Amino acid sequence: MSQPAGLPRWIYLPAAVGVLFVALPLVAIAAKVQWPQFFSLITSESSRTALLLSLRTAAASTTLCLLLGVPMALVLARSEGWLVRLVRPFVLLPLVLPPVVGGIALLYTFGRLGLIGQYLDAAGIRIAFSTTAVVLAQTFVSLPFLVIALEGAARSAGDRYEMVATTLGARPTTVWWRVSLPLLAPGLVSGAVLAFARALGEFGATLTFAGSRQGVTRTLPLEIYLERESDADAAVALSLLLVAVGAVVVLAVGVGRLRDE
Amino acid sequence: MFAAASLKSSFTEIGERFKTDNPGTSVAFSFAGSSDLVTELTNGATADVFASADTKNMDKATQAGLLAGEPVNFASNTLVIAVAAGDPKKIGSFADLNRPGLSVVVCAPQVPCGAATQRVEDATGIRLNPVSEESSVTDVLNKITSGQADAGLVYVTDARGAGDKVTTVPFPEAAGAVNTYPIAVLKRSANSEVAHKFVDLVTGEAGQKILAQAGFAKP
Repeated sequence: MSQPAGLPRWIYLPAAVGVLFVALPLVAIAAKVQWPQFFSLITSESSRTALLLSLRTAAASTTLCLLLGVPMALVLARSEGWLVRLVRPFVLLPLVLPPVVGGIALLYTFGRLGLIGQYLDAAGIRIAFSTTAVVLAQTFVSLPFLVIALEGAARSAGDRYEMVATTLGARPTTVWWRVSLPLLAPGLVSGAVLAFARALGEFGATLTFAGSRQGVTRTLPLEIYLERESDADAAVALSLLLVAVGAVVVLAVGVGRLRDE
Repeated sequence: MFAAASLKSSFTEIGERFKTDNPGTSVAFSFAGSSDLVTELTNGATADVFASADTKNMDKATQAGLLAGEPVNFASNTLVIAVAAGDPKKIGSFADLNRPGLSVVVCAPQVPCGAATQRVEDATGIRLNPVSEESSVTDVLNKITSGQADAGLVYVTDARGAGDKVTTVPFPEAAGAVNTYPIAVLKRSANSEVAHKFVDLVTGEAGQKILAQAGFAKP
């Protein structure tokens, strides 16, 4: 191992402790798994239903995040208006909010007696206890991840290419599709993967806002929480499954980054 | 003291009483779901007393060799139907919960209140079709007080704790699914004399009176 310039040797010690701190709990989960039963535990009907629901809802909320988040990130990165600067902290607030608080907030917005929910309910649209509620909860918590990743990418990319395209006569919408988006593709991918991973792990807001029913609202984290009550082995096995899915997602981004470099 | 979440208000009161009766002692509680508490204890947490919301979790503690003696049953709790204040949907019986268009919330079978719900279902032959199976009785109650659901099955004591935000509908079939609360001194207790005194207070007249006020019945 070569010594990078300007890095004192002692810095490796706290760095190694940090790596251990993150890695050891994952090793502990793997060590605790009852391997002979592992496959039957993670393929039980309730586990499969929960995993499938998790993947479906996370995909839906990531799509929603892209539809709303990409325009948001671009506006935040490019616009200098006072209104935009005022709104920015609010958009990123779910990032630091405990998810259960997000769930309560959503409840009083889209719930049956909520700010918007009461009108939806009158129109015959019920969001509470539906898969839609899960997708809304996941979108609420993961949207800022996408926005912040993409906003950073947009800022560092600058707007020179857009300026050039505009002076060459391209209309704003054309510039958006042909110049802005392709330039931001790497940031877009890592932002979307982050949002997907966050949606997959969503627990607090879902539990508070959507409830828990097999096949409808009980995603994998909720299933783990419930299994822990009665069958610790199953909870551990499912936890490892979620770790594996998360690892695949993070590795995918890592590989993408390496290729960019 | 490790005590089931449903004991929070009554045990806090009993704790105050204990401090007045025994000057110089301090009482600290950790309230959580009974199965969470057992998990903590088996993983090495130290406490003086454990009070469980059901005998199943106390049995787990017994099997793990955590207890210093036999557990004593000190209270029991029954299910009731909780509905929005004033009972706008006119729910009068357990069978009414299966009326079409009604959104009902219950506890999941994995937790004690859900197991009790399942026993009522088995006894009556009525299968509920809940919109959600929550992992704690407070989650069920919240869905009622926030108006998300029309009715839910909770313990008498939880419904009483919610005050006038909910109306309760007792039903006779609940008698077949009564939850018994056991209490025991733990082996790892650093001060087992004080621990035994606390258990005596809970099982004694003064403690029983406080528990009865919260809605608990005799074991």
